[in-house]
Amino acid sequence: MSAPRYAIGIDLGTTHCALAWVDLAASEGEKTAHGVLEIPQLTAPGTVESLPLLPSFLYLPHASELAPGELALPWPDAPQDAVGEFARARGAQTSIRLVSSAKSWLCHPGVDRRAPILPSDAPPEVARVSPLEASTRYLAHLRQAWNHAHPEAPFDEQDVTVTIPASFDPAARELTLEAARAAGYVGVTLLEEPQAALYQWIQASGGQWRKAVKPGDIILVIDVGGGTSDFSLIAVLELEGNLELQRVAIGDHILLGGDNMDLTLAHVVARKLAQAGTQLDPWQLRALTYACRAAKERLLSDATLPAQPLVVPSRGSKLIGGSIRTELTQEEVRMTLLEGFFPQVDASARPASRTRAGLTQLGLPYAQDAGVTRHLAALLGRQVGATAALEGFAGAAPAGASFLHPTAVLFNGGVFKSGVLTERTLATLNGWLAAEQAAPARLLSGADMDLAVARGAAYYGHVRRGQGVRIRGGTASAYYVGVESAMPAIPGFEPPLQALCLAPFGMEEGVETEPLAQEFGLVVGEPVHLRLFGSTVRRQDAVGTLLDFWSPEELQELGEIEALLPAEGRQPGEVVQVQLRAIATDTGTLELTAVATGSGERWKVTFDVRSPGADGA
Amino acid sequence: MTHSTPDPKPSLLRRLSIACGAFFSILANPEFAARVVALRHAPTAAPVAPQAVAPAPQPVPAPAPVAPAPLKAASPDAALQLLALLQRDARLIDFTQENLGGYSDAEIGGVARVVHEGCAKVLREHFTLAPVRTEAEGSRLTLPAGFDARAVRLTGNVVGQAPFSGSLSHRGWRATETRLPKLAEGHDVTVLAQAEVEL
Repeated sequence: MSAPRYAIGIDLGTTHCALAWVDLAASEGEKTAHGVLEIPQLTAPGTVESLPLLPSFLYLPHASELAPGELALPWPDAPQDAVGEFARARGAQTSIRLVSSAKSWLCHPGVDRRAPILPSDAPPEVARVSPLEASTRYLAHLRQAWNHAHPEAPFDEQDVTVTIPASFDPAARELTLEAARAAGYVGVTLLEEPQAALYQWIQASGGQWRKAVKPGDIILVIDVGGGTSDFSLIAVLELEGNLELQRVAIGDHILLGGDNMDLTLAHVVARKLAQAGTQLDPWQLRALTYACRAAKERLLSDATLPAQPLVVPSRGSKLIGGSIRTELTQEEVRMTLLEGFFPQVDASARPASRTRAGLTQLGLPYAQDAGVTRHLAALLGRQVGATAALEGFAGAAPAGASFLHPTAVLFNGGVFKSGVLTERTLATLNGWLAAEQAAPARLLSGADMDLAVARGAAYYGHVRRGQGVRIRGGTASAYYVGVESAMPAIPGFEPPLQALCLAPFGMEEGVETEPLAQEFGLVVGEPVHLRLFGSTVRRQDAVGTLLDFWSPEELQELGEIEALLPAEGRQPGEVVQVQLRAIATDTGTLELTAVATGSGERWKVTFDVRSPGADGA
Repeated sequence: MTHSTPDPKPSLLRRLSIACGAFFSILANPEFAARVVALRHAPTAAPVAPQAVAPAPQPVPAPAPVAPAPLKAASPDAALQLLALLQRDARLIDFTQENLGGYSDAEIGGVARVVHEGCAKVLREHFTLAPVRTEAEGSRLTLPAGFDARAVRLTGNVVGQAPFSGSLSHRGWRATETRLPKLAEGHDVTVLAQAEVEL
């Protein structure tokens, strides 16, 4: 493979994908030649348009639904289904054939992510696809779009970075990588989205970022996209006179985004119409959601407007006669969005805790508490000690601080195109800071809300070649396997579970841990399942640390891992003693291997294990 | 070109005659009809635009009589495509085909929002529009000799020689970029909106 000409960044989003590039040959240091690829996609039957965003939707049409050739794309493959804008528009009317939110399914440990389970409400005759397959389709579409636009620089010879939420667990990261490989990607790297957003901010500043931040700063990246909310904390350090960035903490995986907000508003208005005796059908509710989105923008940007009229157009050709008119008031928007999603709570507020029915639920585990600010308060409270061990931060956090004090905030995601929502979030945060006599956090401006992640990912490809500053930090979690303690069994009680640290917090890429001293007996040919836990707060645990007790805040169960020794060359039923060790790979995933104690043979331990009892369909 | 110097402001009588002529041409000639549609919806994108604007009637130096060039026929595909987009996003055909007689202004006004927003979206997404002149309307400006008569229309007291000095009454519009969707082989552009059957 020749040296890549371009660094390509791909934002594989819950609701939209985007592809940006940096021309490596024409870029030097912090000056880059860059752009965004316009992605050809179907926007109507037989109609192809190039748009900067590719909606992450897959539509599986009925055999007689479209005339032959109406799914044709600029490249020669003859697709059987549609990806992008047309898929979204058509699927809005025929949801039983629409695959959406594949990314959220990809990180849902309660289902088999390689099994054809989407669309989840499709009738039996629709051939379903797996979350992995849907993600693969979007990535393959982007690859073909690139090759179509750049026949001189084939995709496979470029440096490709795909972004993932910071909160993706090892299994979801590995599945994303697997989807990329299935889409024909070679040599792909994963990057966390909030980091990508910060990279884009650095890139857009054209070198000025060094003046905007200083050593001792803690940058809070708040990324609220269409379907997920993702937070990261990045510290600014000084090392030998140079500014260094280190990601010190990440937030939980929260399925809550802009789409939830628009839908909530539409339901508020629909309820009002229902009280007046007008019932909306699902088609009209979607049209109302669309109308609400536009009206919301206007109301939020001008607080003096009392209301905005809304029109739900008729479905038939009688436009005036059949349309429903109503309005969205300033009060409704403020109550629903500001108080519902961005309430001005105290720093001690916490999201309503979810009573998890195990990991075996069938639907997506949407956030139970819609308060983005409450999730933020929980993160900062949990991470109060995140910078304690960092050089230069020892005296930074005042004694008695109840939460980590960010000094700067970078917003990202379509939701924050609304100035009112950024102001509200920043004001809430600054209220918490003022209550603890801390200086208000500064707003880092200049981010491109829709395309920052893709642009930042492309810039990261440039940075990885030694150009410009790189965000360090390694893995943002420590990982543990559950082992049963050797206590004598007490009738009626499960044997207490202990957590054995397998991979410490902050493992840099390319690092391999010492194998765990603990040995596991694996029966040849029979899979052994172990429970995997993660902690985003326990920074001190070394490999082999054994925890007898932990609070639910500290350790989260991530699902199961499976080790299976192939029977080749062994007696079935033979027991082999193995040790586990972890590797943080260059691509951005965590790899677990089982090493035979005697022979040193290795086997890969897989993360994506279907939880027992989950039947997926 | 059959009449090399069309009047920039035809008289009422002349307009009547043009209207009648156009009426029958539209009925008889589908290609002409498509050009009219294109002209009405996207004036600057219409291929007939060069003929639609009058050159200065003054005998500017060397107004060499141009040899009549054959008029080029615009393909109806792009016009139909634009109509389909205006229907899809703005319900423009529905709106114009409906009889306004029975509705109040408030009812019509409500729906006009849908049409207005949709039309704006279509224009935004498929054209890049820029004013022909960047000066503020009402300001005085001077047109040098050899100005682009296709882009600037002189009105009023049109006498004398360039440079012409006057006030800008309309900045004009120009499509600096047109981005119409690509169509699949065999796609039927005459279907402006599919009939919808819910099963």
